[in-house]
Amino acid sequence: MIERRKLAKWLVVLVALHGLIACAGFFAPYDPVEQDRQLPYARPMKLHLIDTQGRVHMRPFFYPLRMREGSFDQYDEDIARAMSLKLFAEGPRYRLLGLLPCRLHLFGAAGARICLLGTDGYGRDQLSRILYGGQVSLLAGLLGAGITLSLGLGIGAAAGYFGGWRDEVLMRLTEPFLALPWLYMLLGLRAFLPLAVSPLEAFFLIVMVIGAVGWARPARLVRGVVLSAKERDFVRAARGFGAPHRYLLWRHVLPETSSVLLTQAAILIPQYVLAEMTLSFLGLGVPEPLASWGNLLANLQQYSVLTSYWWMYLPALAIVPFFLGYLGLASALQEWADPFKVGRGT
Amino acid sequence: MRFLSRRLIHAVLVLFGVSILTFLFTSLAPGDYFDEMRLNPQIAPETVVALRAQYQLDRPLPVRYARWLNSVVHGDLGYSFSYNSPVGPLLWVRARNTLFLTVTATLLSWGLALPLGVWSAERLGGLPDSLISWMMAGLMAVPDLALALGLLLFAARSGWFPTGGLASLGFESLSPINELRDLTLHMFLPVAVLVLTALPLLVRHVRAAMAGVLHAPFLRAAQGHGIPRRRLLYRYALPAAANPLISLFGFSIGALLSGSLLVEVVMSWPGIGPLLVEAILSRDLYVVVGGVLLSTLFLVVGNFVADVFLYWADPRIRAGPVAK
Repeated sequence: MIERRKLAKWLVVLVALHGLIACAGFFAPYDPVEQDRQLPYARPMKLHLIDTQGRVHMRPFFYPLRMREGSFDQYDEDIARAMSLKLFAEGPRYRLLGLLPCRLHLFGAAGARICLLGTDGYGRDQLSRILYGGQVSLLAGLLGAGITLSLGLGIGAAAGYFGGWRDEVLMRLTEPFLALPWLYMLLGLRAFLPLAVSPLEAFFLIVMVIGAVGWARPARLVRGVVLSAKERDFVRAARGFGAPHRYLLWRHVLPETSSVLLTQAAILIPQYVLAEMTLSFLGLGVPEPLASWGNLLANLQQYSVLTSYWWMYLPALAIVPFFLGYLGLASALQEWADPFKVGRGT
Repeated sequence: MRFLSRRLIHAVLVLFGVSILTFLFTSLAPGDYFDEMRLNPQIAPETVVALRAQYQLDRPLPVRYARWLNSVVHGDLGYSFSYNSPVGPLLWVRARNTLFLTVTATLLSWGLALPLGVWSAERLGGLPDSLISWMMAGLMAVPDLALALGLLLFAARSGWFPTGGLASLGFESLSPINELRDLTLHMFLPVAVLVLTALPLLVRHVRAAMAGVLHAPFLRAAQGHGIPRRRLLYRYALPAAANPLISLFGFSIGALLSGSLLVEVVMSWPGIGPLLVEAILSRDLYVVVGGVLLSTLFLVVGNFVADVFLYWADPRIRAGPVAK
């Protein structure tokens, strides 16, 4: 039962994290592409409770930033105007989960922009971009893992179930895929696909590239499970009763692979989110103005950004809780599937 | 020796497979290096056609592959359009830098992982063990991209480390000691990223393998003979646990190569990584194929080294398969 409880704990953590990103419109105060040319590279704004006269305010407030004379990225707090932070404020329109038209945001402020994590070179709110960018990166990871697992399941099951020359050919085919360092392979595959495409096309392109690269390992694992499953007594009995291949596969053999597939999913999804980030970081993935965790970081390749605007690094930290969550999930799944093998030692 | 020769043939076959695979993708790819020229009104369409013919891009795929194989034999690895030179010499210089980085990182990460893993397995469930486990879990949750950028940010703000490249300006005029110091400073951050990202997996496996061996009767017997603890751990227990670790060694090289590509781009280390990304963006076909192939070669060589180790360490393999 401990395994179950652990599994449930990590699932709750992950559902909460994904919910936060899925409802980015609500948690983000602004639209991710909305620019404010008066506020380029504004540093994260501070929330105060005590103002300059020493009065204590009931709600947290902030001083809007004003650009210093003669500079292009230095700001002063405008201490004459204390703007209070409003919870559940009305703001720009968005569609909740892509469906429900909505105007309600978790927080906001009337009269001035509140950018808790600063802004980028176009004055776009960094917090909103991180939240919306997460949708792109996580979706790429989830879809890519889906593609990989279906490929791996199909190929591995075919190889293991039918055996013979098909098994031989398919397993030889996995070898170059297992041999290549995956990032080189990802880049090699990406190299031969069009570069100048619209953001949406680019997104599906890299999802397919990411999904196509990693099928070999799950295929091998599935093959192993299928090989042992098809020799089980109840499967042999069903075959003896004249059950067709399709029935045997669906009813008896493939269900055996579920725990391997789930564990692989927990391992692959964060890896693929990182793959999207890496590709977009290198300029080979999702292009602007669409935000993704990878292309938000691409800015840091400029030395001046690196030295002056540390908050541009924050998107890199966004993936850390997701990595933790999926790592926990993967180990919980392993223990749940095989409590005796992993329980001791690791 | 049959085991080793079989592995060698296998390695060569994998290299062939990869080269055919990458070439196949080139034939599926829309467009080539000269596409942008075609859009340029100042260049006559005939010129573009002539250029494509000159570089044999108008030939069918098998012909191109055969010609490329021929140039591989001569050490050219095809021709780079944007550098206007054979790919081979371009790659060798870069490959040296990449190898320098990955070999250092491999040695260092194993040099750290072995004692940490052994220590952890020795005190299974104790304070050092849980401390190391927690640290490794924390490290595992920080992906290499975030770690590399974080360290770079740290270097840029603190000014303690150079933020890129392999050597400072005027490197040649430095005295040998200062040269070494300069190189170490430049290597510190890239190597640190590679080691820190590789470490958690290695430590976990060393610990698991050692934990499986430590309770074996032969070790208790050795302990009974009064053999000192350190000698017991490293001379008796570690070789017994080495088999899965040697396979992991081959695998870790692949992971380090992938990590190295990214780290090279982030920290502008003049290795294969930046060259490859640049080549992809300009569709410099043979550089991409060469870069991918070279990384496979490294990996295959690494795996072969692991096989040699295995042959040396495991008498069961040396004796050949036992008839069942």
